[in-house]
Amino acid sequence: MNGQTMSGQGMNGLALFSRRDDSVAKGEPLLTVENVSLRFGGVKAISDVSFDIRKGEVRAIIGPNGAGKTSMLNVINGFYHPQEGRISFRGQTRRRMRPSHAAAQGISRTFQNVALFKGMSTLDNIMAGRTLHMKRGFFWQLWRHGPALDEEIRHRRVVEEIIDFLEIEAVRKTPVGKLPYGLQKRVELGRALAMEPDLLLLDEPMAGMNLEEKEDMCRFILDVNNAFGVTIALIEHDMGVVMDLSDRVVVLEYGRKIADGAPDEVKASQAVIDAYLGVAH
Amino acid sequence: MLYRETGQFKTSYKADMAVFPIRQDRIGLAIILLLAFVAMPLFGGGFLLSAVMIPLLVFALAALGLNLLTGYTGQLSLGTAGFMGVGAYACYKLTTFFPEVNLIVWILASGFFSAAVGVVFGLPSLRIKGFYLAVATLAAQFFLQWCFIRIPWLYNNNVSGAIEAPVRTLFGMPITGPHATPELRYLVVLSIVALLTWIASNLVHGRIGRSWMAVRDMDIAAELMGIRLLPTKLLAFAVSSFYCGVAGALMVFLWYGSAEPEVFSISQSFLILFMVIIGGLGSLIGSFLGAALIYGLPIVLKSLFPMLGLSVGAATVEHITFMVVGAMIIGFLIVEPHGLASIWRTIKQKLRVWPFPY
Repeated sequence: MNGQTMSGQGMNGLALFSRRDDSVAKGEPLLTVENVSLRFGGVKAISDVSFDIRKGEVRAIIGPNGAGKTSMLNVINGFYHPQEGRISFRGQTRRRMRPSHAAAQGISRTFQNVALFKGMSTLDNIMAGRTLHMKRGFFWQLWRHGPALDEEIRHRRVVEEIIDFLEIEAVRKTPVGKLPYGLQKRVELGRALAMEPDLLLLDEPMAGMNLEEKEDMCRFILDVNNAFGVTIALIEHDMGVVMDLSDRVVVLEYGRKIADGAPDEVKASQAVIDAYLGVAH
Repeated sequence: MLYRETGQFKTSYKADMAVFPIRQDRIGLAIILLLAFVAMPLFGGGFLLSAVMIPLLVFALAALGLNLLTGYTGQLSLGTAGFMGVGAYACYKLTTFFPEVNLIVWILASGFFSAAVGVVFGLPSLRIKGFYLAVATLAAQFFLQWCFIRIPWLYNNNVSGAIEAPVRTLFGMPITGPHATPELRYLVVLSIVALLTWIASNLVHGRIGRSWMAVRDMDIAAELMGIRLLPTKLLAFAVSSFYCGVAGALMVFLWYGSAEPEVFSISQSFLILFMVIIGGLGSLIGSFLGAALIYGLPIVLKSLFPMLGLSVGAATVEHITFMVVGAMIIGFLIVEPHGLASIWRTIKQKLRVWPFPY
């Protein structure tokens, strides 16, 4: 370990994130959400929300329960299709998109309730995250020796870097269903990282963790952001974490945006205080 | 103990990613293959080969095919016997159209026909999940069986309505028909099953197997990883049906010799599904263990009474067999709901750390 971080080449010159897409300069909007509205029948989950996520930043989305935060993430990675509004990622605008296309464009995410592949080992889970980068087709896979195996080994090396980075070497071959919750969250982060995303969406990465686990997770998130240059959008209820980690915060309430700005501005906003503490009518 | 991996260090990812990373497993597999390929044909005898081993291998292959679909990809199917039938009838048509081509080529080729049919009946799997998908595949089962009865072209307009394996030779020796030796038939079946098992093992240990399991365990997350659901599921249906089709062709040509459409009925589908569940969902070895338990156990029990010198009526033996097998299945499922493969894994784990408890 030389302790040096080289931007664009990943930590300690790792192969992971060695080929980065730099079509969007740091600080420019990577993802823009414009006037997005999402309805489920008569229920308006999101109404007319606009914000952007700039390349290289940690963007927090907060709000009380039911504010539409997770729906927003689902819209961003193509799981829900908004009735109105536009989303541009890396300058490309889209209205409808399948989740697998969003993944191919470089958006990956973790889930509020751990959504790991329970029957598979830690290693296989993270290897599954490499699927998009694996090219050998069906007929090579029938014959697992030669090119298909070479490819597996190449990706195994990258996966091992993630395992080292997240310090989960000891549970490499354990089925993830048997891991404690904190470790499962970490494996899920690893699986999302394995896609080498440009934009990483984290849905409550610290939910249900104790202080120590939260601190570990914060460190990993900051490292992912700094060392790998991954842009992060995160939903979190722990305000201490949000204020410390994020560069900018957007606040939703009942599907509307009520504040947007630096953590300190948002903290001082009367609308946000009212949303969280309630107002006397 | 003999089974211990201590000291077997892996210095390359290749060694670590091998299907059998532990040396004792590799030795064990070599011994099993040696027994199956050499000792069994030499010392097995006609009855053991043609009435036990060949059916067992055929069922194991069908169970393996279903396991790829249900155990690995999580798509419940009740159309197994229908797909086996497609393989059998395709092979029959092919070999009667082109008698000069080697039968083994047609047995393998018939798998493609059943794969194509499997893909068609797999299409609803994008929208339908779980038990409802099982009902959709039930349609395949009934429709295909209807075809086998109602379309005379499929059985070459035979009066009997059955298909009969014509005599075909391999290296000048008959492998089908009344003069085929059990040894040769057994070796052909064993070779095909071994080859297809090896291919299945390659598939499930690589990218495709991981995609299948990802779809099984959490399809939403799989989609967000960039795994496209429909192609992945359809591939599973295709590969699974291929295996079932080959198993069906082997069943008619190298085991039964002739078959009526009733052979490919729903009860056969259930039988194979039970083999998969009892053997272990998502386990290749489980398919073999399940087939051995469900097909092999009654045979063992039936021969037990004469061996013990008891004279019991044939009907009584039949009833006792049913009761014992039923009780054992319930027993196994209580002890280990994840099937025989899981028991096998537990045994291996215990052996590894013996004499310590963990």
